Amino acid sequence: MDVLILGANSDIAQALAREFAQAERAHLILASRDLELLAKQARDLEIRFQIKARPLYFDATDFASHAGFYDSLDLKPDVVILAFGYQGDQKRAQEDFGEAHRIISVNFVGAVSILEIIAHDFEVRGHGCIIGISSVAGERGRQSNYLYGAAKGALSLYLGGLRNRLHPRGVRVLTVLPGFVATKMTEQLDLPEKLLATPEEVAEDVYRAFTRGKEKVYTKGRWKWIMWIIKAIPEKLFKRLKL
Amino acid sequence: MKLSGWGRYPVVDSQVQSFASLAELRHCLAAAGDLIVHAMGRSYGDSALHDRVLYSRRFNKILDFEPQTGTVTCEAGVTLADLLEAFLPRGWFLPVIPGTKFISVGGAIASDVHGKNHHREGCFSECVKALELLLPNGQMMRVSRKENRHLFQATCGGMGLTGIITTATLRLRPIRSAYIRETRQRCANLQEVFALFETNPETTYSVAWIDCLTSGERLGRSILMLGEHAESGPLRFPPPRSLSIPLELPAFVLNKHSVALFNHLYYRGKPDLVAGRLTPLEDFFFPLDRIGNWNRMYGHRGFTQYQLVLPQQSSLVGITEILQRTSASGLGSFLGVLKLFGAANDNLLSFPMQGYTLAIDFKIEEKLFPFLDELDRVVLDHGGRLYLTKDVRMSRKTFCKSYPRWQEFTALRERLGLKEKFNSRQSRRLGV
Repeated sequence: MDVLILGANSDIAQALAREFAQAERAHLILASRDLELLAKQARDLEIRFQIKARPLYFDATDFASHAGFYDSLDLKPDVVILAFGYQGDQKRAQEDFGEAHRIISVNFVGAVSILEIIAHDFEVRGHGCIIGISSVAGERGRQSNYLYGAAKGALSLYLGGLRNRLHPRGVRVLTVLPGFVATKMTEQLDLPEKLLATPEEVAEDVYRAFTRGKEKVYTKGRWKWIMWIIKAIPEKLFKRLKL
Repeated sequence: MKLSGWGRYPVVDSQVQSFASLAELRHCLAAAGDLIVHAMGRSYGDSALHDRVLYSRRFNKILDFEPQTGTVTCEAGVTLADLLEAFLPRGWFLPVIPGTKFISVGGAIASDVHGKNHHREGCFSECVKALELLLPNGQMMRVSRKENRHLFQATCGGMGLTGIITTATLRLRPIRSAYIRETRQRCANLQEVFALFETNPETTYSVAWIDCLTSGERLGRSILMLGEHAESGPLRFPPPRSLSIPLELPAFVLNKHSVALFNHLYYRGKPDLVAGRLTPLEDFFFPLDRIGNWNRMYGHRGFTQYQLVLPQQSSLVGITEILQRTSASGLGSFLGVLKLFGAANDNLLSFPMQGYTLAIDFKIEEKLFPFLDELDRVVLDHGGRLYLTKDVRMSRKTFCKSYPRWQEFTALRERLGLKEKFNSRQSRRLGV
């Protein structure tokens, strides 16, 4: 199995790389902007799991480069994991459209740009699986991070549409909805332990959903019920909450 | 954010930063103020706590492996669990391994950890061929027994106070099986278990679980565990079933009666002798790793582990007194761990010395610290000392009396400008 990981330096992506290397003995293409870190990660995976891993430069917001990037792969992947994302700074984004634009560009536009190219290839080949890392933040707009939430929400909708389109061709799309994850992005925060997943737990949940042919997975699993409640709150009430 | 060690006491509000590359690390280091590196948070007390800590757990890549010699080079945030997972199936094992695999290589070096084979193999530093150390001035030093030897001796067991350990080159040992041939023997009291330790100096692994609540004839009753690597058998086995303590137990659950009952059933439940049983290596070395978050067992105030070592000639008298006082105090301590160490090494602050070590868990409560001060006096009177990796309350005076090379260590810290850059709650308390 060949797995392409887009945004391979994120903590969740690294855990997923280890999971697929171990469980599937998958060969990996690690794509991101920091080639030095990627090379180190690739070497680490090769030593640990005795598989092949290679680093490749990829910039999610350099849309024009995406077709060339995918063309350059001589062996096309069986699984693509879309793991890049940008949390951004909500406060700053409210004052500076540049920041808002970046949040939307990375999380949504960049994802659409590269996944359309990959979806086309998978559709033609009638083979493949796309795993998209979205977020529970995309399930309901909240004042504390609605720009990130909007971009991830759009990504979730997009992945749903893609799944619908590719299903007849036997191509699978898995939407991943992580809640709180202990990563670099959240290391400063005191998050409730019971809701906080480690990247390794996320990777296990994703891999299990992948092997079981699921369409959608919340991680930790209890976020499914939390979001069910949060989505059920009437907007009249929700708008008064400080979330 | 709120941070604590494995004992969940104290809880410190810290500013936390992590690094995944040397460039990020240098950037963190360049900022004003002092700090301490924090990896897996498995040291029990306050040795990895400070107002500002650097997480090394994202700096966790294996950099090189030579399959002919079993030499591995890795970043300091790699855990022993990572190394076992990668290399055990290929027939390589760590020559020295403590009671948990969930610690980082950097932490193992900084604590100069020991295992059940200390009497044969010494501390973790014995398998460290070389390491790289980042100093406050930004200089990267290569440190080994041959290069910058003094810095090597200060860093192994140096509690992260001599610079940032970035990478280490370790020597692994070949094994033929992922199983241990284990012998368990029940001992009625302290004399009996001492005698057995001393008649088994050739055994590779030895340790005893000791009941700290008995007195009189049965004082120090224990179960001695001896182990040898099995000569054949698979190198893989299914992962052990794991349990987890999902919540903090209320503090009253563990009291002297419940613990005494547990200890009684535990001891009674074992046969007198089990000889040569095959035990999966993970069960033999890391019985507690199977219980996730077992540190929650002691309730919301947390706990501390009091680990002492006494010179061999005063061990019997000293440990008898410690056990008598513990049992009389009624401060609900669980099973203790007893082991006979081999000779001390040359590292400035390494804990082990030739003699017996005893580790006892105590739930944090009002009466505890005055009681432990009493035990400190017994330890000092018998020429012993306490393990810095477990310590959370030892006084500066006790430390200076029991670690004879502390001045050398402090002098080195001053000379290299380490005192301004690397400090922990513990180093401040001990004044090193």
